[in-house]
Amino acid sequence: MTIIPKDEFNTQGRNGITRRSVLVGTGALIVSFAIAPHVSAQPQPAPPAAAPEPPQLPGSLNDTRRLDSWIRIDAEGEITVFTGKVELGQGIKTALRQVAAEELEVEPGEINLITADTGRTPDEGFTAGSQSMQNSGTAIRNAAAQVREILITEAARRWNVPRETLRAEAKSIVAQDGRTIGYGELVTDQLLAVEAQPESLLKSPDKLRVMGQSLPRVDIPGKVTGGVAYVQDLRLEGMLHARVVRPPSPSAQLQEVDTAAVEQMPGVVSVIRDGSFLAVVAEGEFQAISAMRALQQAARWTEQPVLPDQNNLQAFLEATKGDIGTVAEEGSPEVTGKIFEATFRRPYQIHGSIGPSCAVAHMDNGQLTVWSHTQGVYPDQEAIAEMLGMDIAQVRVIHMEGSGCYGHNGADDAAADAALIASAVPGRPIRVQWMREDEHAWEPFGPAMLTKIRAGVGDDGRITGWNYELWSNLHSSRPGGAGNLLAARHRAQAFAVPAPRFNISQSGNGDRNANPLYVFPNRRVLWHYVPETPLRVSALRALGAYANVFSIESTMDELALLAGTDPVEFRLRHLEDPRARAVVERAAEEFGWSSGAPKGDRGRGFAFARYKNHAAYLAVALELELERETGRTRVSRAVAAIDSGEAVNPDGIRNQTQGGIIQATSWTLFEQVTFDNTRVTSTDWSSYPILRFPSAPDSVEVHVIDSPGQPFLGTGEAAQGPTPAAIGNAFRQLTGVRLYDLPFTRERVKQAIGV
Amino acid sequence: MRFIRFLAVVLILILIVAAGLFAIAWRGEIEPVAAVDPSSFNEDLVAQGAQLAAVGNCIACHTVPGQPAFAGGLAIPTPFGTIYSTNITPDPESGIGNWSEEAFQRAMREGVDRQGRYLYPAFPYDHFTLVTDEDNRALYAFLMTREPVRSTPPQNDLPFPFNMRMILAGWNLLFLDKGPFQPDTAQSEEWNRGAYLAEGLGHCGACHTPRNRFGAVDSDRHFAGGEAEGWQAYAINATSPAPIPWDADSLAFYLRHGWHEWHGVSRGPMAEVTGNLGLLPDRDIAAIATYVASVMGEPDQTRRERAEQLKAEISQGQTAVQAAPATDTQAGDAQHPGAAIYASACAGCHNGSKPLPFGGLRFSLSTAVNAPNPQNIVNVVLFGLPPSDGEASAVMPAFANVLDDQQMADLLAYMRERYSEAPAWEDVADLVARTRSGQYKVAVRPADGIERGPENVGASGGAEDAED
Amino acid sequence: MAISLNVNGETHEIDVDPATPLLYVLRNDLELNAAKFGCGLGQCGACTVVVDGEAVLSCVTPVSLMEGREITTVEGLGTIEEPGPLQAAFMEMQAAQCGYCIPGMMMSAHALLRKNAEPSDREIRDALMTNLCRCGTHMRILAAIRRAGELMQQASAPTERRAG
Repeated sequence: MTIIPKDEFNTQGRNGITRRSVLVGTGALIVSFAIAPHVSAQPQPAPPAAAPEPPQLPGSLNDTRRLDSWIRIDAEGEITVFTGKVELGQGIKTALRQVAAEELEVEPGEINLITADTGRTPDEGFTAGSQSMQNSGTAIRNAAAQVREILITEAARRWNVPRETLRAEAKSIVAQDGRTIGYGELVTDQLLAVEAQPESLLKSPDKLRVMGQSLPRVDIPGKVTGGVAYVQDLRLEGMLHARVVRPPSPSAQLQEVDTAAVEQMPGVVSVIRDGSFLAVVAEGEFQAISAMRALQQAARWTEQPVLPDQNNLQAFLEATKGDIGTVAEEGSPEVTGKIFEATFRRPYQIHGSIGPSCAVAHMDNGQLTVWSHTQGVYPDQEAIAEMLGMDIAQVRVIHMEGSGCYGHNGADDAAADAALIASAVPGRPIRVQWMREDEHAWEPFGPAMLTKIRAGVGDDGRITGWNYELWSNLHSSRPGGAGNLLAARHRAQAFAVPAPRFNISQSGNGDRNANPLYVFPNRRVLWHYVPETPLRVSALRALGAYANVFSIESTMDELALLAGTDPVEFRLRHLEDPRARAVVERAAEEFGWSSGAPKGDRGRGFAFARYKNHAAYLAVALELELERETGRTRVSRAVAAIDSGEAVNPDGIRNQTQGGIIQATSWTLFEQVTFDNTRVTSTDWSSYPILRFPSAPDSVEVHVIDSPGQPFLGTGEAAQGPTPAAIGNAFRQLTGVRLYDLPFTRERVKQAIGV
Repeated sequence: MRFIRFLAVVLILILIVAAGLFAIAWRGEIEPVAAVDPSSFNEDLVAQGAQLAAVGNCIACHTVPGQPAFAGGLAIPTPFGTIYSTNITPDPESGIGNWSEEAFQRAMREGVDRQGRYLYPAFPYDHFTLVTDEDNRALYAFLMTREPVRSTPPQNDLPFPFNMRMILAGWNLLFLDKGPFQPDTAQSEEWNRGAYLAEGLGHCGACHTPRNRFGAVDSDRHFAGGEAEGWQAYAINATSPAPIPWDADSLAFYLRHGWHEWHGVSRGPMAEVTGNLGLLPDRDIAAIATYVASVMGEPDQTRRERAEQLKAEISQGQTAVQAAPATDTQAGDAQHPGAAIYASACAGCHNGSKPLPFGGLRFSLSTAVNAPNPQNIVNVVLFGLPPSDGEASAVMPAFANVLDDQQMADLLAYMRERYSEAPAWEDVADLVARTRSGQYKVAVRPADGIERGPENVGASGGAEDAED
Repeated sequence: MAISLNVNGETHEIDVDPATPLLYVLRNDLELNAAKFGCGLGQCGACTVVVDGEAVLSCVTPVSLMEGREITTVEGLGTIEEPGPLQAAFMEMQAAQCGYCIPGMMMSAHALLRKNAEPSDREIRDALMTNLCRCGTHMRILAAIRRAGELMQQASAPTERRAG
């Protein structure tokens, strides 16, 4: 039996089993996979023992096994492809079309792609972990190839010719004598209502037409011409506008609020108070905002000083009584030779979506429909149903794009807010728009982390041993249960926050990338699990990899110094995976690493990581400028090489990687959540600044190493780990001083370099 | 004959007097030195020099935004023409790399450069003259260990006779009170320290004291208010217009952090000052605050009472229930044309519900609204507070393109009436138009106070740079 | 209150609370999608539109002040079928990831390019200082704006002088 990785981003639903796999496994013929009736929200046990073990299918096909769950062709030849993944701005809508179009032998423009909708599409869990291509791309590619072959077989049957004489081309099957028959004519109701096969006849790399091409993104034209693109743009008949008055601090409880005056304000339809959940609904948007401000003034809260000292998060983390997990162990934990020892610190950081979260919900005769930019429509559906005490069959969650989320932001909570309000004010659609302060203070943060390292290098210039410990919360509080939703937690009948399950998994969580890919004989990597979450935390792009790779790659440079070796060469010395070596060499070469250090007040730094140790490979070399008088730093030039496996859309890979480098640069130079002992104080862009154009680099080059025929490895998070380390290494190279505390504020820089 | 002899005597007398004056005025060149080795300076001395340079804010005038530090070339408009700051990096050819310490000391104490030329008092040597020899040594060490930059500033743009440096000899005679600083034995050590820093390197009076027609600070009206780069530097003596009077504590906080909850955020050139003072130890900041507070003196009864009233209003405002939209308007306000503008454009951030420094200041506390000259508030509303680069700082949008001159005047008139007891301003619309036109430079810097502000905010001065 | 607004060359008569920020009037009363809500505080630029040729943050602009002014939004720059130079440039350079900030970027750029057809890198960065991008699309946005400048100059053919 294949081990299914118990990934936080469990693509197969919560326990590796979904309702659909259960139903299909019994062999029953399912007419449609629309909202599955009478299946409870409880996790299902294994399929009935009588049925034979189902074969492993590629990607998400393994959970959603019928071909027509993924691809439908109607009598006119219109092709619809269904994916359980969503567009986050990473270009997945384009890439999946390319994949489907390739194997179906049609143009990408002829594919109608439907993204995650609990009413229509497969359940692929969350769009997260950079796994969309791996899971959905693989499933769709294989399904498309199999559909093509089925169509060929059907045409062969009709024409009574050997199928080897036929080929698929331009939405038709073509015979050697030139006869053609369109897909629309070939399909019948049941033709695709079959389970997928474990093997598919995939097109060979030399025959590819659209995969591997940098097809322009299908969503950009609409976005630059004012089209409806985001859930924020959704307008429904009779829609009302709602605003939630969030508590002023994580511990705050609503004591009293005189809502009478607010209820009289122009346009106000309803004021909702349920425990500490406080919201107002109005006809017009500005009316809702004005009413919200009045309600804020009228509300009285009790608050407790429960937050740790933001200037000593190390003490907070070290004080934990949580379990300790062993991430990796090999040889002896003793470190010998020339030793480097250090402690690294990372603060809480935010996703900081430019568009604060938004959702629309409509309760219509007991049926709830929610439009949300959640990364997981199915888990959100379950959580909302649980929160409202409704049957899952009565809740439908449809994904519409939001602005970039970079992980678990306020989307699920906004959906829950809208759902809760809609159940209190049924009949008309309710639009909830979070304010900037709501998003800044209430989105789940990337957790603070502490890492300690002790590593040695021998006289032969090789690493002798490696001892690494990290302290971190679990990086996920996604739904899950209703207790992961703010609205459910703040209600009078509050749902408890589910206790997180600490475990060591293959893909990692707080320990993601904590085990270096480098080859050396002795290592021990431990995760001190911190269960205490005074501040709400969840998945932020790359999870633990940001802090772990920062620590590891900073250490590699220090060990290289001890070994008297060039940092790139030192890394190569310890890398055996040829693809890892390839990205390192390529980045170094394109950067001009061999020309030596830059002149003047510029330093250069290098870093490498393979995301999760089994996904994309990325190496980056960059130049850092330093303004000594002010302590300001700026990345002036970055050059990266990335291997994402088979590259479906190379420009998409470049775009994501450039973005990841710049975003990680912003985190590293500027960003930390601020709070006093009660409240979060970084509540907008003035108090939580991020990179602006004056600080943007001069150039960010990304070289995509295409590996045709190789599995998809994902792209979106690969740059987050190496970038901070490359910056730290550049600073070290320039000034001789290493920075261990993220972010590298001007104060810290000035303190490090002195006068 | 006798007449000719008389003329000859007069002429000779004039020549003797002129020669005498010339002899007094003429300054010799100090020998250039070979390149000074930066590692020859003691580290602590350099660190001390860095702090002193922060007080003096050397970097601000001697750096063009975006260009290397201390390399000079910044245009400084004066009533007499435009002066360009010099390169004070240790570059031997275009900077001060071949200056001996003696030459540096003389420049600070007497306003004369190494070659013996008089420097224009745009370089505030009339304040720096107070700096002790010891501190000048530290400053010298600091400057000599900076990055040398080869850069020659543009020629000064001064009409005759101002381009004749020799006339500054006369100016110095009248207005330069050579130092170093002499402590006042009647005052505490802290006060003296504060006076030394504020009057010397701090050169507060250079902006905060009015100048006479010769461009010298009017010592009779010490700290009575002045002007800098298009902003009003408020009076910081007993005539301070701050609604809640400053005291040593609030001043120290403000100088340290660049904001105070009862006064607002430092803007314009002051943003740099508070940004730089952030490097100073607390005791020096406290000393400056003590000194300035003593110059301000105790507020009179009226001001004290008003202050208590305002403080009470603030604390009440935090607990009062407001049923009306949080627009802060009062009954009867709706008549004033500026009231509606205020309610919709300003009240959202300025109603006191968001804590400083990031929320907006309550205008009842605003010195800008209470000051005799509305230039500052015009600047802020027109140009806003641009965001700083990567540092938490107050941000305010610019309203230049939202409000026309009359709408701006209406808005400011409303705020003056509502939040101040002083008489109405006059000719505000005209002032707005002139400020907008770029007739004079208005320096706008982000609230993090670093002289790297964006070039497209504020007014760059000069008719050819006027905005549309 | 009845207000007459000129948006993208068309006049609209609307009845709205005069204190309403222009952003909500554009999005809700006129159903224009491009200008976005990002912060409502004038800090992020997602709401940027052009008023009488200048970039303005519509989330802090009361609609009552907009009477008689010429308002331009992204919708006024062109359509999918016939994109204007800025739109064409952004599509050509694939200058978007999530795309949420892009309309604001485009309007800031529009105001800049109308005054300065060949801005320097520094000038573009300063003009876009108010506009935030969280996805890190900065390099492509800069490239798209430069490209738009080129396209605009090509469009003003030698035989025809552009006004203004």
